[in-house]
Amino acid sequence: MKVLLIDDEKELVTTLSERMEIRDIDSDWATSGEQGLKMIQEQAYDWVVLDLKMPGLSGYEAIQAIKAARPEARIILLTGHSAPEDLDRALDMGADLYLVKPVDIDDLIALMQGGGKQELS
Amino acid sequence: MGIWRKIKPPFWDRRDSELELLNYRRLWRTTLLSAIAVTLAPLVFLAGINFYQFEEQYQLQRNEITSHVQRLLAVNKVQLANFLEERRAALTYVNLANTFDQLSDRRHLATVFRRLRQSFGGFVDLGLIDGQGIQHAYIGPYNLEGRDYKNQDWYKEVQIRGIYISDVFLGHRNFPHFVIAVRHERADDQPYVLRATIDTGKLNSLLSATDLHPIGDIFLINQQGVLQTPSTLFGGVLTRFESMPQLAGQMGKVTEVKQNNAPPFLVATAKVEGSPFLLVVVKQPAALLQKWDLLRINIIVMVGVSVAAILVVIWWGSATLVNRIYEADLRRVAMLHEVEYTNKLASIGRLAAGVAHEINNPVAIINEKVGLMGDILGMNPDFPRREKFMEQIRVIKDSVRRVSEITHRLLGFARHLPVKSEQIHLEPLIKEVLGFLGREAEYRNISINVDIPADVPTLEADKGQIQQVLLNILNNALAAVEDGDKIDISVASRDNEQVAITITDNGIGIASQDLQNIFEPFFSTKGEKGTGLGLSITYGIVQKLGGHIDVTSQPGQGTSFIVYLPVKQRPRRLEGASGEDAARMEV
Repeated sequence: MKVLLIDDEKELVTTLSERMEIRDIDSDWATSGEQGLKMIQEQAYDWVVLDLKMPGLSGYEAIQAIKAARPEARIILLTGHSAPEDLDRALDMGADLYLVKPVDIDDLIALMQGGGKQELS
Repeated sequence: MGIWRKIKPPFWDRRDSELELLNYRRLWRTTLLSAIAVTLAPLVFLAGINFYQFEEQYQLQRNEITSHVQRLLAVNKVQLANFLEERRAALTYVNLANTFDQLSDRRHLATVFRRLRQSFGGFVDLGLIDGQGIQHAYIGPYNLEGRDYKNQDWYKEVQIRGIYISDVFLGHRNFPHFVIAVRHERADDQPYVLRATIDTGKLNSLLSATDLHPIGDIFLINQQGVLQTPSTLFGGVLTRFESMPQLAGQMGKVTEVKQNNAPPFLVATAKVEGSPFLLVVVKQPAALLQKWDLLRINIIVMVGVSVAAILVVIWWGSATLVNRIYEADLRRVAMLHEVEYTNKLASIGRLAAGVAHEINNPVAIINEKVGLMGDILGMNPDFPRREKFMEQIRVIKDSVRRVSEITHRLLGFARHLPVKSEQIHLEPLIKEVLGFLGREAEYRNISINVDIPADVPTLEADKGQIQQVLLNILNNALAAVEDGDKIDISVASRDNEQVAITITDNGIGIASQDLQNIFEPFFSTKGEKGTGLGLSITYGIVQKLGGHIDVTSQPGQGTSFIVYLPVKQRPRRLEGASGEDAARMEV
């Protein structure tokens, strides 16, 4: 399982990535939509964990681009808080599910390993 | 003022209401007065004209009666004068036609007497009195010959004036009669007086022929006011006519005389020429004017009833009209408030969402960083003072969780996440809410007692919403109590269909005039400290959950809120307006 973490908070993605490494999960990170998209175009990821609100390429554009480039990649939105209509729009565009920060990394991994079927409380 | 309380329009006491856009009292008064003026003015005008015309007719009718009385008086006066004059003339003729000597002959006198009776009637006796006042000859039912009248007043008067007519008297005959005496004076004969007694029956029949329909009377009185002929209204012959003093100086005029409680009489008096008699005609106009009076009463009653009916309709109509305007204004203002409220909530929601987002990002970093520290420690069992660090990490993680919970609550207790309808056990839920407030209660030494029976059913609802409701009410309870007071929370099941959560405090209470407004948006008794939204939101949530809230309060003794919630939710659409969610933190 290969995961790409995209968030403008560098400390968040780097730490998440490091913790995933500890849990033997292969992950990369990017601090902008553009950077993340470039990485997706270069290699395949099973999961993309994406912040919806970022400077530059917005979360929605990123979702569309990711889905265009890698339709098989599944997308988890990680958000500080978003209005339900924004989330609905993102889910309609191809995101698979969303989580509200902060998340427990073990829950996140379990969710991905379970194929995204498990709902978080 | 009891009646006023019943009839005053509903808007009357809302004069100082902040919702008022118009001065409804003034509007109502203006409407009422102008409607009264427009409707009653023509009515009053018409009634006035009618009344004036009526009065004229009435006066005409009255004048008619008055002139009738005057006519009767004049006609009867002449008849009576004629009656007396006839008899006087007859006696004068006898005097002229006979000498003293001739009349001294009793047979001749009897013949004269018989002729007088036949020709004129009413003669009872006839006497011849000589120059010395001695009755010389007498024809009649008594033996009066030789009587001396010299010193009697009537004899003196007849000597001076030549004629004398007496008042009516009973005498020893004991029936009413009067006397006519005529002096005889001829140069060739000795003087004498012819004296005749006349029965008043003749006078009576003369007067009783007059029609006085329906109530009236005609009779004679003497100068002293003693009845000379019987009266149907005032008594028999020789009774005193009581109204005499009121007629003094009113000779020939028609006067209104009031007697006791009877309706007034019209009385007219005239002197009968050549006699001591006064003719009196009495008429009671009330009997004739009764129809007119009835008509007048009918008009007054009709106008009165119409005016009353018009006033009632105008009162009711204008009150209803102004009340409609008032209610429409109320609805409009309420709507404006709702819009304002929604906008306010949306702003608060946006603000809260922004704050939550900004906090969640750094909290997420802290969470990951401390998680990484934990991971690293986990991988290094020999790390110096590892347990101490692990403990710190646990505490930080716990704090992160608390911050996270707070931001989630700020966003409306996970409503931004899919709203969940779940089975809620009230006891842990209440404990959780108290966890929020426990600190404040502890500082202020307020005891919070919770009484939840074991058999209370679980509720099917969104946990966040129930928490919000309880939090808002408890926050208000905490604001209402003094340090050291107490708050009781109890839960009871009603037929396993409803749960009643009662929150009672012994705080300051709510004034009865505020009680009806506490669920209105922006109504606050906390001054600047309150937004006036807490209970409004609470009310909204409980209604959406299919329940309702009851409040009872005694100022100075405390307040009791009872929240009734259905055990099972009716199917409904889940709502997710972020503004409303966020605003649910407001108390």
